[in-house]
Amino acid sequence: MTDGDGTALSADGLGKRFGDRMAFEDVSFEIAPGEVFGFLGPNGAGKTTTVRTLGTLIAPSAGSATVAGIPLAPENGVEIRQRISIMPETPGLYDRLSVAENLECFAELFEVPDPSDRIERALRSVNLTDRAHDPCGTLSKGLRQRVALARALLSDPEVLFLDEPTAGLDPVASREVHELIADLGRSGVTIFLTTHRLEEAERLCDRVAILNTTMLTIGRPNELRDRLFSSAVTVRTVDPLRDPDGVFAGLPGVEGWRQDGDGAYVVAVSKGDVAAPAITRALVAAGADVLSIGESHHSLEEVYLELIGEDREVSPV
Amino acid sequence: MRLSRRRIRAIVRKELRTYRRSASIVAAMAIIPLVFMVQPLVSVFALSSSAAAQLSQRHELLYMLGIPALVPAALAAYAVVGERQQGTLEPVLGTPIRSEELLLGKALAVLVPAVAVSYLVFGVFLALVGLFAQSGVAAALIRGPDIAAQVIFTPLLASWSIWVGMAISTRAGDIRVAQQMSILASLPAIALTTLIALGTIPATLGLAVGLGAALLVANRIGWRLVSALFDRERLIVGTKG
Repeated sequence: MTDGDGTALSADGLGKRFGDRMAFEDVSFEIAPGEVFGFLGPNGAGKTTTVRTLGTLIAPSAGSATVAGIPLAPENGVEIRQRISIMPETPGLYDRLSVAENLECFAELFEVPDPSDRIERALRSVNLTDRAHDPCGTLSKGLRQRVALARALLSDPEVLFLDEPTAGLDPVASREVHELIADLGRSGVTIFLTTHRLEEAERLCDRVAILNTTMLTIGRPNELRDRLFSSAVTVRTVDPLRDPDGVFAGLPGVEGWRQDGDGAYVVAVSKGDVAAPAITRALVAAGADVLSIGESHHSLEEVYLELIGEDREVSPV
Repeated sequence: MRLSRRRIRAIVRKELRTYRRSASIVAAMAIIPLVFMVQPLVSVFALSSSAAAQLSQRHELLYMLGIPALVPAALAAYAVVGERQQGTLEPVLGTPIRSEELLLGKALAVLVPAVAVSYLVFGVFLALVGLFAQSGVAAALIRGPDIAAQVIFTPLLASWSIWVGMAISTRAGDIRVAQQMSILASLPAIALTTLIALGTIPATLGLAVGLGAALLVANRIGWRLVSALFDRERLIVGTKG
């Protein structure tokens, strides 16, 4: 279910204060149904508290939100929790119970129809069918995380909150979780993913927000890059150009250039698709032996570090 | 407010499974009743038939009501703070379960084994007294009204002890502190039943009806009160916003 505006999850000026300490403030966003939304930030930025607030586990101090189309309010807690699922950072499994018994308990708490079938499907989706009868206390961290994910899938939630789902997992286990999240996103589940693993967010999320107590930015990863960094074309030649200014200056879309080592140039451009062919033609006309030419890419990590760095300069901790 | 039997049943089943697989819980549930049974058995077996007249003036069997007052205290005290410390409370609170359902499920899961153990020990005690005590002593000790009082007051006292333990558990920050406080809190109920058993407080029908009604009301209020004390936010983040 979505609200009247077609959003699965929205927040407007949401904030949470514990006594004198502000956990997070002024968080606003709108997430479309089926969107995978990344919520990035350093430790202590307020990501988990935001998830707990949207998941009706704690009450906001300021602002408003709708979750699965329902206004976030104490009286709507049960109805909201019927439509969402939260996978906390620590799995929180009952160690003395088997995997299947853990899932059975939660299937009953969500009052899912045909729990046996749902448990089997959830176990299959996380590749744990053969471990169904193992006590959870005997499982590795990666397997426990997968059980927690299976538990979150039991109720076929409209909105799935994943709080650091790959924290502490090895690369293989992380990759499996990534594939599962990507599959869920494709199947239309709205996913709110908190992480500080930027490659994870870049790989999985349609849009990301960066939080450091307050929300610093929101957008698609490539939009954030464009917003923060000017486009550039990198050029490498066998020998240094004799007159680089003569080659680059005045070309369409070129705003400036700088040398970045022997035979290496970074050309600032307004539009890469216009400037790159012009630069290539100019280099050939100048008789340069071109080794490579390409648009330079800034990773989401660079965007993140730039924003967090700026934020720390403005408000030193 | 509609309570979901299915969710309550899920909590009961999960708790009972956990108890069954925990050696320390099983041991705690077995040791306390044994202590309560062995000491009076030894005293009863040592009595001669001449003591029967003195016994008939008292209600020694009611001493066994200490079992339902004490056995559930430690388990109930663990119920909330234990889950909180193990990190299993947050996922449960993320489901549609209401506080009232969670607490009722946990209370029933403690009540069922506590009452079963109390009845079992009481039954064994009666059987051993009937078989091995002097005949006059057995007849003076085993009386219909005392047995009826034991049967009726066992679940009432156990429930009271559970709600006191749960109230402590929702506010405590440490399992051991919660269990110690809960056992301490169950002592007044044990003192009351002991004073009645020894005849210091006369055991009358009026007293039984009054106490029974008071416990029924107290248990009903206890459930609502503990539900009101159950602050999800404080239990998850350790502080109140």
